[in-house]
Amino acid sequence: MLSASRVWKENKLRIAPWLFLAPGIAMFSLYILLPVFQSISISLFDWDGLGEKKFIGLANYAELLHDDAFFTSLKNNVAWLVLYLLAIPAGLFVALFLNQTTRGIRIYKSMFFFPLVISQVVVGLIFSWFYDPHFGLLNTILGGVGLPTIAVLADERFVTYGVIVAGLWPQIAYCMILYLTGLNAVNSEQIEAARLDNAHGWRMLWFIILPQLKPATFIAIVVTVIGALRSFDLISVMTGGGPWGASRVLAYYMYEQAFSEYGFRMGYGAAIAVVLFAIMLVYISAFLFKMYREEKGR
Amino acid sequence: MFPTPIQNTSRRTYIAYQVLLPVTLILWLLPLLGVALTSIRPASDITAGNYWGWPSSFSLIENYRAVFTNSPLAAYILNSFKVTIPTVIGAIALSSLTGFALAIYKFRANLLIFFLFVAGNFIPFQILMVPVRDLSIQMGVYNSVWGLILFHIAFQTGFCTLFMRNFIRGLPFELIEAARIEDVSEFRIFWFIVLPLMRPALAALAVLVFTFVWNDYFWATVLTQGAHAQPVTAGLHALNGEWIAAWHLVSAGSIVAALPPVLMFFLMQKHFIAGLTLGAVKS
Repeated sequence: MLSASRVWKENKLRIAPWLFLAPGIAMFSLYILLPVFQSISISLFDWDGLGEKKFIGLANYAELLHDDAFFTSLKNNVAWLVLYLLAIPAGLFVALFLNQTTRGIRIYKSMFFFPLVISQVVVGLIFSWFYDPHFGLLNTILGGVGLPTIAVLADERFVTYGVIVAGLWPQIAYCMILYLTGLNAVNSEQIEAARLDNAHGWRMLWFIILPQLKPATFIAIVVTVIGALRSFDLISVMTGGGPWGASRVLAYYMYEQAFSEYGFRMGYGAAIAVVLFAIMLVYISAFLFKMYREEKGR
Repeated sequence: MFPTPIQNTSRRTYIAYQVLLPVTLILWLLPLLGVALTSIRPASDITAGNYWGWPSSFSLIENYRAVFTNSPLAAYILNSFKVTIPTVIGAIALSSLTGFALAIYKFRANLLIFFLFVAGNFIPFQILMVPVRDLSIQMGVYNSVWGLILFHIAFQTGFCTLFMRNFIRGLPFELIEAARIEDVSEFRIFWFIVLPLMRPALAALAVLVFTFVWNDYFWATVLTQGAHAQPVTAGLHALNGEWIAAWHLVSAGSIVAALPPVLMFFLMQKHFIAGLTLGAVKS
């Protein structure tokens, strides 16, 4: 008969990883993996969160197709995604500007990085204040050069762009720090060789530097896309989705449907979340595919 | 180095750069400077419309004291610490175990489990919202700091596992093989050999998780209500609704709420950046 200790000794390397993984997998399954499937299932029901669940198949998704608010949110998500990507070139240029060794430059770098450390709630409050039509800095400046006042956050035409600008502030800082780290590791021999070949400025940047910054650019794209699709905090703090729902995005509209005074439509909310998840899944798959190739390449 | 070091350029460019540097910094931080200035203005300046001129007097102490005595801000801040500190400990404990398992052992499901942790990181919060809220209610932790702690530990474990696993992979594997030949138990290898070498990774994750969780707003609004459990991000939003037109108080409150992660950043800058730029350079 095999004693327990003998079984352990012979299979130690096969059992040990599962013991190390157990607590992490348990928490992660309970709070992350399982809820994804639960939400997909809830999206097939009509449910107010308390009473009886009623199975309605794909009716929630069918309703989305006739919901103007859903399409406004989707359109705003696209605007977020496209404009947020501007943080990448902007961050690169700030990084190039700061990649020097003059005195005190380290403090400058930290101060430029500052907005990323602050909570988005505080960023939202700061920018609501910046845009205020009566005393905000923006309108003080516009008034100073003789232009009319713009109530950015109360105007359907501008509101989404106003919120995106607030979001770009910390996002540019994030991309900047990625590129500063990347620039630090650029091969100096290649630069010297290229200089001897008379490469300068833009040509140098495009042909010699940018290819070496590829890993930084990749991470910058990943965090920026995810950040754009996750946008919720700023909208909640600055506009509450308004005016008249003009600044909603999917993440915010879902919350409104499921949890706010607009009613507790859990099933419909879950359907919106599933759509958002499906969009993100494209990026998640691309990221995992790249990681998979790298892992296999080792 | 690229761009060309400014010291090697003409004297005129050098001076222009030295002037441009502080000017761009002030422009970059202008919204923040405005808030800082407002937080030390007297209330009379706000009613008189003096938002951008020199403060008529300095009310630094009055404003900050008012924020703490006339509002539950102190309770919100305390809640934030109660949520953040256990989360940092929990997420780092779980992920050093999972990271170790995924970095050291070869088994079939290894890459699949690793990818699940990585993917979990990128998931939109909204797809978790309804089930996680129900789960918290069922477990009796809804509307308490524990509801937030448990969720944050689970979520942060995804990112931390990615970080830990890649860090441990960079350690020399011979150390572990040598210990196995000496018949050291697997747990002792983890505890006495690998863990001491992980200090830089632990420090980087501690600052990052602290900042992420401190700044969380979404889960704070979904899982808590009221000053007894709400952290400062949600609390500040609530106070903003009460302090209409009291911009000197809103500003002071914002600055207080932003302070802990800012201090953390300045004290542990190297670790913070090492964590955020993970993967930005090919090793």
